[in-house]
Formats: sequence, structure tokens, C-alpha cells
Amino acid sequence: MNIQNMILTLQKHWSDQGCILMQAYDVEKGAGTMSPYTFLRAIGPEPWSVAYVEPSRRPADGRYGENPNRLYQHHQFQAIMKPSPDNIQEIYLDSLKALGIDPLQHDIRFVEDNWENPSLGCAGLGWEVWLDGMEITQFTYFQQVGGLECKPVSVEITYGIERLASYIQEKENVFDLEWTNGFTVRDIFLQPEYEHSKYTFETSDPEMLFNLFNIYEKEAHRQMNEGLVHPAYDYVLKCSHVFNLLDARGAISVTERTGFIGRCRNLARKVAKTFYEEREKLGFPILQQMGENTHE
Amino acid sequence: MNKQDLLLEIGLEEMPARFVTGSIEQLTSKIENWLNEKKIAFDSISHFSTPRRLAVIAYGVSSSQEDVEEEAKGPAKKIAVDHEGNWSKAAIGFTRGQGMSVDDIYFKEINDVEYAHVRKFTKGQPTKEILPELEHIITGLTFPKNMRWANETLKYIRPIKWLLAIYGTEVIPFAITNVSTSNRTNGHRFLGKEVEIGSPEEYVTKLLGEFVIANAKERKEAILSQISKLEEEEGWTIPVDEDLLEEVTNLVEYPTALFGKFEEEFLELPEEVLITSMKEHQRYFPVKKKDGTLLPFFVTVRNGDHNHLETVAKGNEKVLRARLSDAAFFYREDQKTSISDSLAKLGSIVYHEEIGTLSEKVDRVRSLTNQVAELLAFNEEDQKTADRAAEISKFDLVTHMVYEFPELQGFMGEKYARQKGESESVAVAINEHYMPRNADDSTPKSNSGAVLALAEKLDTIVSFFAIGNIPSGSQDPYALRRQASGIVQILINKEWNVSLTDLLRLSIGAIKEKGIGERGEEELQLELVSFFKLRLKHYLQEQNIRYDIIDAVLEKDITALPTLVKKAVVLQTKKDANGFKETVEALSRVLTISNKAVENVKINESLFENEYETALYKQYLDVKLSLETNGASEEEFFDKLASLQGAINDFFDHTMVMAEDLALKNNRLALMSQLAELIMSFANVKEIVTK
Repeated sequence: MNIQNMILTLQKHWSDQGCILMQAYDVEKGAGTMSPYTFLRAIGPEPWSVAYVEPSRRPADGRYGENPNRLYQHHQFQAIMKPSPDNIQEIYLDSLKALGIDPLQHDIRFVEDNWENPSLGCAGLGWEVWLDGMEITQFTYFQQVGGLECKPVSVEITYGIERLASYIQEKENVFDLEWTNGFTVRDIFLQPEYEHSKYTFETSDPEMLFNLFNIYEKEAHRQMNEGLVHPAYDYVLKCSHVFNLLDARGAISVTERTGFIGRCRNLARKVAKTFYEEREKLGFPILQQMGENTHE
Repeated sequence: MNKQDLLLEIGLEEMPARFVTGSIEQLTSKIENWLNEKKIAFDSISHFSTPRRLAVIAYGVSSSQEDVEEEAKGPAKKIAVDHEGNWSKAAIGFTRGQGMSVDDIYFKEINDVEYAHVRKFTKGQPTKEILPELEHIITGLTFPKNMRWANETLKYIRPIKWLLAIYGTEVIPFAITNVSTSNRTNGHRFLGKEVEIGSPEEYVTKLLGEFVIANAKERKEAILSQISKLEEEEGWTIPVDEDLLEEVTNLVEYPTALFGKFEEEFLELPEEVLITSMKEHQRYFPVKKKDGTLLPFFVTVRNGDHNHLETVAKGNEKVLRARLSDAAFFYREDQKTSISDSLAKLGSIVYHEEIGTLSEKVDRVRSLTNQVAELLAFNEEDQKTADRAAEISKFDLVTHMVYEFPELQGFMGEKYARQKGESESVAVAINEHYMPRNADDSTPKSNSGAVLALAEKLDTIVSFFAIGNIPSGSQDPYALRRQASGIVQILINKEWNVSLTDLLRLSIGAIKEKGIGERGEEELQLELVSFFKLRLKHYLQEQNIRYDIIDAVLEKDITALPTLVKKAVVLQTKKDANGFKETVEALSRVLTISNKAVENVKINESLFENEYETALYKQYLDVKLSLETNGASEEEFFDKLASLQGAINDFFDHTMVMAEDLALKNNRLALMSQLAELIMSFANVKEIVTK
């Protein structure tokens, strides 16, 4: 199964579960969790189910396209369901079957893995799912997001697309993976991998990046003070990406690092709080809508 | 009385393997205690656990609580009955409180006074009616990490999926979250299905039919026997790490061991790297030849049956190959960096915000290493080795390999140091300076490694104390207790009689010189000495030294640990010997009376009145002289003290120490005081309990 069909299969599967199918969010980010469709929507009492593919940038993992397993940018398929359904493990395992993975022919295990992202004030409990020893999915029950307790609890399921594909397609090198008929990951991503790696490690301008961080941070605070959560959150994401670039460039000393992470955390907490307040002002509309539907 | 078996099973989403054993032990003891508390008799209790279930069967559980007959004591007769012979308010109140009436009162004499009593009889309730209380035992379990799910408020180890609760053949009705009890359980996630359990005795066999080995011990044994079968068939040795076996047992419901292979070229990687990749990251058992060399195979335990094992093996091989390729890449990259390049990077790594960078730490450790080596009178070669090892002790922390595998710190340092042309002894000392790494690890063998290990651990402990980061209760995030125990063990195993109090003073001085922490030197010194004393006590307890003997040998300062331990061992071995009690009593008598001595009085032999004074003084001088000139083992030391016993007793029998004549008194006290000093230089024998 090529990557395109994997994505179509997963989209169909989660769409059938009632998830809103969305497209990737258009600001750089390190993980699907940081999309506002996850980070913001996991906050508060409103139900929410969504699935999307998220291109995720990890500047420090860039290897100029030379390493068979590491990428500057890889793809995550992300499904969020709030509240977490009782049979979520079964729903997930069915998605593997849909991808042609028969549990009876493999060794599938749920191995404890707790997820914590202090810079976003996030914590969750769950597992990494092992397929014959390979970690193919992160499975997390969110307990806290942006410093706020999650009520109800969302479950987040994140598939590493390239990793899963390398298993399904039996390929040793990520660049050999078939995206769709006639196109491999190499055809599409090798050049950007090389260029982004070179940019990240050699040609980026730390001084400019430091300036950008300060500008973005200031703008994020300013927009939050206006109660404009989404524009503010875009700038929080930009801060985070710029920080990752600076970190990969080796431009941030260990001491400064702690300071920068603290600044990101403050932003994330403030955004979370503002989002909650703004939804509250609107009367948590999705909750009301669901209530009306059940009345009818 | 009717008896039936009771079965309770909590079905869960996969629990963390490391918490399964503790959780099932807790559930079992809570149920056991509850049955006892409720006075419900039972014959025995068994427990079962897998990643997805915690289950307990109590066998022969009585169908009702025991009846209870209690006697309750009320007011005295003169209060219970008024002048006219009527029951008083007090008596009526008493019986009402017991749920009885005044007709039930009888009198009983206690210490010549008559008191009102009633005999209370409580009929046992049917067990069936009480069993739904098990709900609270389930919700009352505590776990190291809890979570919430969906809309539930319950915090639990993982979401509850089903509850199987039967007494005999009947379901015990209750519900937790949105799950109600039933007589059904679930088999293996993929190989099994849902089944009905007619009665508790069917539990184990029916689950086995659904590919679940419910008994954790049986599962562990199955894994072990599968592993030894592989050993036999392939001619391998597979060393089984107990912790890994325990974890694997709790990761599977139906274990099947299988092996895979990896490319022989990876064997060029250091063994520790290969083993860590397999064990820590993949939970594989490494495979060795009979002679102990590593083979390019691994054993993994699948949660399933024998079908399609080759697919599972192939998948695992692919994962390991990717991991080892990464490791090989890092290993090659690390070859390109020189030690001095690595050292330069340490300056930009913060060890702890309030303590400073790693290179600052290395500087302090190096200087302390040299000071201690000098105190211990190292020869020139050991001194040089220790100095160089200290200088480069942390270079491996900035290598790719240690970044990826932090548990390999030190091991990689040794490998890389050797490859980069350092002497064998320097390389070994780098690895040794982390030893002992845990309670079971040995201490460094080489002098240079041991002195570096001392200095490194001292600096760590002292610097965290200086910034107020002191272990308390279960809080010891930097494992300072373990490191302090390490220091104690190193000094003892090396037989280094250097004063720990002095070492602490040196380290504190170096830390305070850098302005680390707010706390004063004297305060730190006191705290650290008592912190180390606790570790030392702990060490002696582990050597099975009795507590009073430990108190006897501990001094105000910690001067010479190896000698102290030997003294403790001598006392511990001799404590049951004939005459020990009498010796300790005689010596203690000297210690007690010597407290009254006036300082600076010299013994004047012309003031001795009787032969016993003269004899004791002469014997004391002989013992002292022989100890000073010949040196003596701790055992000989004690024996010589013991030899004074006769003279001491004779002295006390015939001499009035607290004589009225002041000169006589002071002279005798001076004798006692000198003798006491000698005894105290062995141990404070007054602490020893003799029966």
C-alpha cells in the first residue's frame, strides 16, 4: 500500500467514526498536537472529533536527506476524539486492519508511554503501540493542556506515516517509500530535505531569528490581550518553530534554553486560558448544539 | 456452614508493566484484610494478573459472617441502681447505646466493685449481602500514576473495561464508572473471545482456552522454559536479567519466545551499546556463546501463539537493524572528535543552574581528587593517572553515543579514551568513577578510579546540600543517598582510613569558594556528617551488626571507616562469647566513673594506697605500650582490653575511688580517666546492651 492510499484509508476509517476530516494547519509546527485543532480544541467541555495529516518539522532531525530514518519534515496522521470513546482501542486496531495489518499475523502491544510537554503545559498518559517491536503509534489520553485540566478527556492517536509505511512497504530507506504510483518520497522530498538541512545548520541567520522570536512573542501577547486567540496562537507556533531553528543551529546555550522554554510555556498557558474564556463567553456553542440535537 | 469460592477480576486497558505486580499484591491484601475485618471466614486466597487484568480468588468463603458475642461494661452498680432499687438514667442510657434493654443487665465484679454488664450478640449477615462492598476496595486501590478518561471523575491506573465478580455461581452486583459486574471475562485481545465463567474454579482453565495464562508466575516460568529450550536447540547461553523477565512477563498474556538475528558487522560496536539497544529499547534478551561472547541474535517474547513467527521475527529484525545502524553512525561520528574538542563543549553545558557548568564541576573534582590522592600518599603513577582521569572524566557526556544512550556514560568514556590513546589505567578510571552504579554494583578496583569516584560523589553531594537540595523522605531526585553509600563502600573496600570528616571539609571549602549556595560552611559540615552517619549505620545494619554495637563504634566525627567496621565486626562476633558481658560491664564502669575526673591531673604512683591500684596501673601501661609498639588488629585490641577485666574488678572491690582525701580521689580518677581514654579509642562500650 502506498502512502497516498494509507492516508486515504485512515481518512475513511476515522471519518466513519464521526471525525471531522481537516487539512493540515498552515503554520509550521513540530507535531500534530500543536495544531489548534488539537491543542485548543482539547480545552474545555465541548465535544470534538477530528482527523488530519500534519506535516511536522523537526529542524534538529534534518540529515541532508542522507540518513535512511531521519527527516527534517515527516508526516503524522492525527485523530482526536473528545470525550474518549470506551472502545477506542478497538477502533484503533480496526484502523490497522484497514491498512492490511492482521493482528493475528503480528505482535501488537500497548507499551506504557507517558507524554509530557512542559513547554506547552501538557501531560497525558497512554502507550506507544508496538508492531513487531516497532513503535508505530502514540496513543495518549490528555490529562492537562496548556496548564488546564482536561474535562472531558480527549484521546489522541498519532501515527508516524513514514515509519508505518516503511513497515508496510518493507523498505529500509524512507526515501524509497512509494507515495503514489510512480512517485517516491525521494522524488518529492529529497531536495527540500537537503535545502532545509543546509539552511538549518549552515545558512540561517541566528540574529534575525532571535529578532523574529521577540517580535512574534510580543505580537502573541498583544493579540491575546485583545481576546483574539487564533491570531495569537499562530504567533505562538511561530515562536516555537523559530526556537527549534535556533536550537538546531546551536545558537542557544543550555542556560538560555531554559529561559526560552519558559517563555513558550507562558505563551501556551495564556493562550489556553484565553481560549477557554472566549469559548465560555460564547456559551460553549458546540456543547449547546449537541444538547439541542439530542432533544430533537 | 456453607462455603463457596469468590472471584473478582478487574479488566483494564493495558497497565504499565512496572505497576502490575505491586497492584495485584495490593488488591490481594486489601481483599484479605476486608474479609478478616468483616469476619467472613475463608480457606485461602490466590491472585492472578496480566497486563489487562487483576484478579483474586478467595477459596471456601463462608456464606455468612461469624456471629459475634461481646460483653460490654457499663456504669458501677451504685450508679446504675438508685436508692429505691430502680434503674437509673445512666443504666438506661447504657443499654440503649448497646441496642439492648435493662432486662439484659447483669453485674460483674471488677476490682471489688460491681459493674453493670450486657452480653451483646450480633448475628452474622449473609456474605452475599455484604459482597457488593467490594466496589470500594476496587475504587480504593492506589497507583503510582493515575489517569482520567472520557467524562469520568475516577482516577485509575488505566480505564476499566469490565468487572467479573462472582460468588459461587452468582454475580455480585455493583458498578464502577459505566461498567457493571457480570460473570463474563475477555480472553486474549486477538486470539481469544469473551467467555462466561460459571464458577471461580473455571477461571484459570477457561482463560487458558482463550489464550491467557492468568497466573503471572506460570507465565514467567513458561518464558524461562521457552528460553532454555532455545538455548538447548541452538547451543546458546541466554543470560536472563530478572528485571527484564519480570517486565516481559507483565507485557504479555500468552508468551511465545522467538529469536531473530542481526548483521554480524554490528558486533564491532561495543557490547554495552548492543546490549542496551536490545534490552532497554526493545526488551530483547541478548544471546551469547557458551564462552560469554555476544552472538548476532536476540530473543524476544511475543504476546501470541506460534503462528507467523517468521513475520514477527522479520519485523523485529528490521527495528533492531535501524537502531543499530543509528548507533553505528554515532560511533563512527564520535571517532572524529578529539577529547579536547569534547572538553571544550563542557563549558557550555549547565550541570545545574545554581551549581554551574560541567567544566566547573570537573575542575573542582580534579582538584579534590589530587588533594585526596595526596592525603592517601599515592605513588607518582597513581597520582598522575587520577589527575588525568579526573581532567577528562566527563568528555564522553558530549558524544553522540551517550546523548542517545545516557546509561552508557562512563562505559563509552572508557572505550573512547582507549581508542584515543589514553593509558589503560586512565580509561579504566573513567568508567570506574561512576561505580558503584547501583546497590548491587561493585566499587572501583583501581586506586585512581576509586579516588576519582570519591571526589566526584563528594562534590555532587556537597554541592546539592549547599543549594539546599537535601534528600528527605522518599524525595531524593539526585540519588544522593546512593552516592553517599557508594563513598562509604569505597573507603571500606579500599581500606582507606582517611577521615571522611576531613574530606567533607575540603569539598565544602571548594564549593563555598565558588560561592555556590547560601548556606554556611559550619552548618553544611554538621548536616553532612550526620547524613553520612545515617548511611554508615545503614551499611552496618546490612552487615548484620546489632544496633547497640553500631552506636558503640560510631564517633562524633567519621574518621577511619575500615577500622570502625572491623571493631563492629569484632564486637558482633564476640557478643555471645563467655565473659563478654563481664568484660563490657567492667569497662563500662571505668567509663562511667571517669566522667567525674578533673582535667589535667597527672597520675602520681606514690599516692597509690593498695596493691590493686598499682597492679591496674601497671597492666594498663603494659597494654598501652604493646598496642603502641606492636600495632594490633582490632580483635587483639579488644582482647587486650578484656584482659584488664580482672585487674579492674579487683581495683573496684578494694578501692574507694571517691575518697575523702582530695589528692587521693583525684589521683584515682586520673587513673580511671586514662584508662577510659584507651577504652574509648576502641569503642564506647557503655552503649552495648548485655543481658
